[in-house]
Amino acid sequence: MSVIIQSLSRNKFYNWVYKNLFSSWVNTIMTIIAVIFVYEIGTFFLNWAIFNADFRTNFQGELITDRTFCSKNISPGEYGACWAIIYARWDQFMYGLYPIEETWRVNITYALLPLAIIGILFDKLPYRKLFIYFTFLFPFIAYFMLYGGPGLSTVGTNKWGGLLVTLFLGVTGIGLAFPLSILLALGRRSKMPIIKSLCVVFIEFIRGVPLITLLFTANVMLPLFLPDGVNPDNLLRALVAVTLFQSAYMAEAIRGGLQAIPKGHIEAADALGLTYWQTTRKIILPQALKIAIPPIVNTCIGLFKDTSLVLIIGLFDLLGIGRAALADMTWTKLYYEVYVFISLVFFIFCFGMSRYSLYLEKKLKTDNS
Amino acid sequence: MQTSLIRKIIFDEKSRSLLIQTLVIGLFAIFIYLIAQQTAYNLEKRGISSGFDFLNISAGYDISIRLIPFTSEDTHLRAYFVGLLNTLMIAVCGCILATILGFIVGIIRLSSNWLFRNIAYVYVEFTRNVPVLLQIILYYSILLSLPKIKQAFPIFNTFYLSNRGLFSPSPIFKEGFSIVFYSFVIAIIFTFFLKRFLKSKQEQTGNQYPIFFINSAIIIFTPILFYYIMGMPLEFDHPVLKGFNFKGGMVIRPEFLGMLFGLSIYTAAFISETVRSGIISVSKGQREASQALGLKSSFVMRLIIIPQALRVIIPPLTSQYLNLTKNSSLGIAIGYADLVHGFGGISLNQTGRAIEIMLIVMLTYLSISLIISLSMNIYNKSVQFKGNA
Repeated sequence: MSVIIQSLSRNKFYNWVYKNLFSSWVNTIMTIIAVIFVYEIGTFFLNWAIFNADFRTNFQGELITDRTFCSKNISPGEYGACWAIIYARWDQFMYGLYPIEETWRVNITYALLPLAIIGILFDKLPYRKLFIYFTFLFPFIAYFMLYGGPGLSTVGTNKWGGLLVTLFLGVTGIGLAFPLSILLALGRRSKMPIIKSLCVVFIEFIRGVPLITLLFTANVMLPLFLPDGVNPDNLLRALVAVTLFQSAYMAEAIRGGLQAIPKGHIEAADALGLTYWQTTRKIILPQALKIAIPPIVNTCIGLFKDTSLVLIIGLFDLLGIGRAALADMTWTKLYYEVYVFISLVFFIFCFGMSRYSLYLEKKLKTDNS
Repeated sequence: MQTSLIRKIIFDEKSRSLLIQTLVIGLFAIFIYLIAQQTAYNLEKRGISSGFDFLNISAGYDISIRLIPFTSEDTHLRAYFVGLLNTLMIAVCGCILATILGFIVGIIRLSSNWLFRNIAYVYVEFTRNVPVLLQIILYYSILLSLPKIKQAFPIFNTFYLSNRGLFSPSPIFKEGFSIVFYSFVIAIIFTFFLKRFLKSKQEQTGNQYPIFFINSAIIIFTPILFYYIMGMPLEFDHPVLKGFNFKGGMVIRPEFLGMLFGLSIYTAAFISETVRSGIISVSKGQREASQALGLKSSFVMRLIIIPQALRVIIPPLTSQYLNLTKNSSLGIAIGYADLVHGFGGISLNQTGRAIEIMLIVMLTYLSISLIISLSMNIYNKSVQFKGNA
């Protein structure tokens, strides 16, 4: 008997199960409850989303062209989701009202975007320098491809929508906010009282008000502030608000990194006779930014989620397009399908970013020890 | 002479910083001046008048969710207060619910049961990686797809859940209820002193008293005793289905519930992470040492772990409360009449005083944020290390 127990306890799997699921009777009851819970929720969701769901055709094999063809509307109570709305509106979800014959331009931009970002994300990438050059080139390419220029017809931003607007606001907002936030963070730690207080007031003001009020302000008041000829369109106004918002949050993340730099580094640089900007550029920022990357990525996740707020000022981002699809009489009432789909898109992007941030944290830990 | 002045400006730190700051403030002043002038010009050209006199004009719209009486004849100023109260109501309720949920999930995340731990993990990852606005809209549409009023879903035959909200009995306070309430307040004050007295006695004699049980019993039973002495001065007005709607009782609207669920489920995910990291941050030796001293496991948690974890939890918890309060401005997406929706939206459209209204709304949010961080800072100081540790 004791031999059996010994051999069992040597079994890794048995040990793990015993320790994690059945270590005491309370634990055993919890395991049973959890199994039932997971089973119920899991079967309900899987049945709804996959097994009893319609994709392009309903249970009679007909192509679903409007909501009356959905299986669940033909025989209520038996069938689950009707994903046909996603297929029907796919182009809008991806490009908004971008002209169909021009969507290849958006596709190329989507395809180039990972190439532009990858150089920043991974520092051990082969030919990293080339990728970084491309990163700086990318905004011009993207502008040319998306908006148009010589050789390409112009597509106004009022035609942009869906994932295009979400990504545009997210990526451009982060890209523009980054240099601004470095200046703000440095300004906040400056010894000059006026510059310092200007930065503090700006950062704390932006952080103290909701993004939606900034979007309203940009939407309503920006035209009032500017001379007659200059009239930025809605997307640009939202971009201004999003950039200012993000820069304040990012500045706080960078300030955390700046505070982590030992004073001795600055004093040593001073002793070597470096100027303020030399010290900042060569000694402080490289170290501070490295420490600050995980919190910066966290603010980026926050911003990416917050881009959905622009639907309130009438822009059609991913969520806005979803609401527009639901307002269409042929597809109305398929709330859950649309919202679950959009959630999934946001989840993929944000979860990816948070994994990246975790990966960085782990890497930095091993680097320093 | 002149070269030395230039040298001084360039190389002397003090005079250089003075020069830079003068330049910056000058540019800033010019910038503000240009914007102000342009704005004045634009306003005049569009025939928009300015000033705060609009606050005394009657608003002309109705607000369905309100804590104080409001009709369409009331002023914009009153609409502002209705909105402010709604914002505060959702923020307070949301913070309380999010804290409770967040602590529960945070503790489950540290459970020794693998399945429980991972269910909580999946919950956290799925809720915090999806925009809060999307979640609010999703929960709101779930609430709207509840049965209609006529087939309202009864809970214990006192609450009725329908697509127009949760109908519940409303309390009617009769004469003498104030005495019950005062007895409750006095009981709380009394238990506070009793606790101090018993604590000092414990320190003198070493005998432990079940302070928590005694005090809870006093706080619970005193009001009940007075309730019966005063002849049960509390009645409930039950909602009754009459025709197309419920009569009597009160209703918690789906807009409020949608906001409440969206905000608190979203924020709870973040709070659970701070709770988890706070508990992890208490070193293992603390738990082992207290067990070696023979403390009961409930005492270990209450006296050793939680006080130390709170030090780590409070600062990020503050910023989560701030986020929740700011996110409560999203009520406009589902028609919850908060500050931004009512005053900042409808009043703005009716009066056209964009600058004034946005200024008031922003300053209000700024002051709310300031009050939250100030009070949380005071609380934070009370839980931090005492002395020169």
